[in-house]
Amino acid sequence: MTQHITIDPITRLEGHGKIEIFLNDEGDVANTYFQIPELRGFERFCVGRPVEEMPLLTNRICGVCPEAHHMAAAKAADAVYHIDPPHTAKLLRELLYSAFYFTDHTTHFYALGGPDFVMGPDAPVAERNILGVIHKVGLETGGKVIQARKFGHNVVEIIGGRKVHPCTSIPGGLTKGITEDERKQIEEMGRWAIEFAQFSLKLFNDIVLGNKQYVDLILGDFYTHHTYYMGTVDENNKSNFYNGMVRVVDPDGKEFAKYAPKDYAEHIAEHVEPWTYLKFPYLKKVGWKGFVDGKDSGIYMATPLSRLNASEGMATPRAQEEYERFYSTLGGKPVHQRLAIHWARLVELLYAAERWVELATDPEITSPNFHTIPTEKPTEGVGCVEAPRGTLTHHYWTDERGIVTKVNLVVGTTNNYAPMSMSINKAARSLITKGKVVTEGMLNMVEMAFRAYDPCFGCATHSLPGQMPLEVTIRDAKGETIEVLKRD
Amino acid sequence: MTAKPKFAMYWAASCGGCEIAVLNTHEKILDLDANFDVVFWPVAMDAKYKDVEAMEDGSILLTLFNGGIRNDENEHMAKLLRQKSKILVAFGSCATEGCIPGLANLSDVREIISTAFNTITTDNPNGIYPMTSYDMPEGEIHIPTLLPVLKTLDQVVDVDYFMPGCPPESQQIAAVIDLVIQVVHGKAELPPKGTVIGAGNSTVCDECKRTRNVKVIKSFERIWNIAQDPALCLLEQGIPCNGPATRSGCNARCPTAGAQCIGCYGPAEGVVDYGARLISAFASVIDAKEPEEIDRILDGLVDPIGQFYRFSLAGSLLKAAVPAWKKEKA
Amino acid sequence: MSNEKFEPVIIGFTCNWCSYRAADMAGTARMKYAPNVRLIRLMCSGRLDPTFVMKAFANGADGVLITGCHPGDCHYVEQNYKALRRFLLLRRVLTQMGIEAGRLKLFWASAAEGAIFAAEINKFVEEVRALGPLTWPTEFQPIASIPIMQEVTA
Repeated sequence: MTQHITIDPITRLEGHGKIEIFLNDEGDVANTYFQIPELRGFERFCVGRPVEEMPLLTNRICGVCPEAHHMAAAKAADAVYHIDPPHTAKLLRELLYSAFYFTDHTTHFYALGGPDFVMGPDAPVAERNILGVIHKVGLETGGKVIQARKFGHNVVEIIGGRKVHPCTSIPGGLTKGITEDERKQIEEMGRWAIEFAQFSLKLFNDIVLGNKQYVDLILGDFYTHHTYYMGTVDENNKSNFYNGMVRVVDPDGKEFAKYAPKDYAEHIAEHVEPWTYLKFPYLKKVGWKGFVDGKDSGIYMATPLSRLNASEGMATPRAQEEYERFYSTLGGKPVHQRLAIHWARLVELLYAAERWVELATDPEITSPNFHTIPTEKPTEGVGCVEAPRGTLTHHYWTDERGIVTKVNLVVGTTNNYAPMSMSINKAARSLITKGKVVTEGMLNMVEMAFRAYDPCFGCATHSLPGQMPLEVTIRDAKGETIEVLKRD
Repeated sequence: MTAKPKFAMYWAASCGGCEIAVLNTHEKILDLDANFDVVFWPVAMDAKYKDVEAMEDGSILLTLFNGGIRNDENEHMAKLLRQKSKILVAFGSCATEGCIPGLANLSDVREIISTAFNTITTDNPNGIYPMTSYDMPEGEIHIPTLLPVLKTLDQVVDVDYFMPGCPPESQQIAAVIDLVIQVVHGKAELPPKGTVIGAGNSTVCDECKRTRNVKVIKSFERIWNIAQDPALCLLEQGIPCNGPATRSGCNARCPTAGAQCIGCYGPAEGVVDYGARLISAFASVIDAKEPEEIDRILDGLVDPIGQFYRFSLAGSLLKAAVPAWKKEKA
Repeated sequence: MSNEKFEPVIIGFTCNWCSYRAADMAGTARMKYAPNVRLIRLMCSGRLDPTFVMKAFANGADGVLITGCHPGDCHYVEQNYKALRRFLLLRRVLTQMGIEAGRLKLFWASAAEGAIFAAEINKFVEEVRALGPLTWPTEFQPIASIPIMQEVTA
């Protein structure tokens, strides 16, 4: 008699997902399936649109990270027109991008990932949310989190025209530049952002790393997988979110591949399963071996942890210090423990803030030279950035008028679909075993397995109700309900 | 102590931008929390579908529903939330008029699926496509069925209010939250059912600060192909800007930043079909009389259907293109 | 093969001053022309809102006709040029929607051109008949039971 547990919908991620857990006769986990039940069809309905609209249309793939799609699309559209935008345009785009990273990572850590750590995975449900975090760390911090989000979005608006779904990137550059006044505001906000990032790292250090229980959880085998890691690096192999070469390291940390984004199709393929609308990317040169760990399995992870693993350091000084402390604490590179993604995210938070100030103080940032008119015939192009969740690739083909004829997208979180499935599987197998009653603590720990990856939508409200209701229905093979567990 | 009224926010086929817009009301969200009990909001807290089903009918005072109706799960949730909510708001462009995912209505839905599963990086030698019901060794598992076309919320349930925008502007959302709180405390009245809330009564042109003259369009240009005058109306420079047909409420953000309005705030007051009105507006200001000359100017609009129905296709009079519904002749 | 011939339903927007009077003249002179066109009189072809055309097709029309005064003869001076421009732009949009260009027609007729009016109507009816019924749906059914989602045999 097979028991069947459904978690539907998964909550606190962008979009929809559900988990099916099947138990065997002994009461151990037979298998789990992480299903994505939605498909909107961007790769189809963008065909026929002018390529300059792609930064605007693909914004709507995701309203949490539209900036990522906007930039990947902008770079792809530039590539289609074989145009290199002026230096100022690239500076402005990366500046917008750095501020966006800062906002995005802030919201994930404080409202999504943070509560599990700051309060603890076994903390009472009523406290395991942003309110609990604020009570623990103080109202002042809550206000800082709101301010951090505000500042980040303000910069996006100044350069990108709007807070959600920026509109200023066009083939050849931008539709506007920034004034000296605006630059000063951006710089000031950036300096505050660096302080806030350092504050966040200290918070993590005190509350999480200062607690042996949490450290054991992070280091435990429970949430550990040995996979390949992917990130983008600059010419010094330092992590860069906006531009560079894609670098993949193997589970031992050795460089496995380093390629220009336009060659992505030689390295990445997407495996199909008939029970979900999303595909599973894997490394072509290793091959798809199923949902397994190891050097022989083509499964790779994106995420902040992957970027740190795949790089040889951070390009700004304070972040570099944190990078070194991260690895010396966790026993060297590469780090495989998935919960360490939360810490890696904070290292990136600091880098994003430092880069923000670097760019805001660049002498060319206020130049009026923010656009060059393309003159070449449009053909085909690839644009790639590191979305906060992983490497994001946009590939467009157009006709001679620049009308899109074909689209291929490999999206940030998609890179992690196989690793997430494996993490959920392992967590469920470890937690739900013969003779054990399935408790709500177990359910939260299954959730933590996917939550660490920040599946696109890591944003939660600044305040949550006390309860985090969760219901698990256990049914027998006939579909009859054996037990209903409620956590209100 | 009286219990706080209940609040819910749900996303169907959406991008999450509406949720972010709500969060970008910053401190205002604390007012929402102080005055409401958030009972269902998948992005933020862990109430499940079962919890909604267990709620009493009409027990949720206010539900903000964003996202288009793309599959049968979206449709089920729309009907469920209608049943459980006193006030149901179609929130954002997807729910009010279909928005960008509505462009899928230009194609046969099977092509939507087959395109995604046959990209150059897709490894699919056996031509597998997703199945709504599949037998795994351990048991049967399901995913929703895509509907033939994407629908707006009011095409499946009765809607009380409409809030346009992709996403609705945060200051507009803050104003609506304030209004609802006032209503809860008996200090204000709700507008008549069916009202478009959180938006203006004019068009984007009215909020745009660029100089406008009598329009005489002699050509349409691609935005990347001109050295733009930042003070002059974009349409007058030949950039196809949708301001004339688009509802105000956004402060003309995009034209202010140098980008053409793409129409995300939906139709202006009293407009039945957004695209039809914009077609009328553009055609009216083309400066030509001979068919050949008119055609030459129109050739500059490289994607008419996208230009005119980018956000509004699913909610338009025709709703979907022929390939989305016509059975091929045997 | 069905014995019933397909009778197109056509909505015809005529302007009060020229083309409606041409229709009138055709009628008064007992000129035979196909009954398929339901005429709607506007004060001017420039009143033609593309919304009317969309609504006509959405509500069952197989073809839509727009008629007005000859260029230069518009009662309101230049508004028939607006109709022309709207027609040309509309046709492009409708084509992208999958509605054949031949289902939307525009011609000019003066009040004295009853015979021309009748002949154009007859011609258009046959053109639309050849295209077949449009039958725009009000409810969208699946084209097939999404056969793409088929059982994968091991």
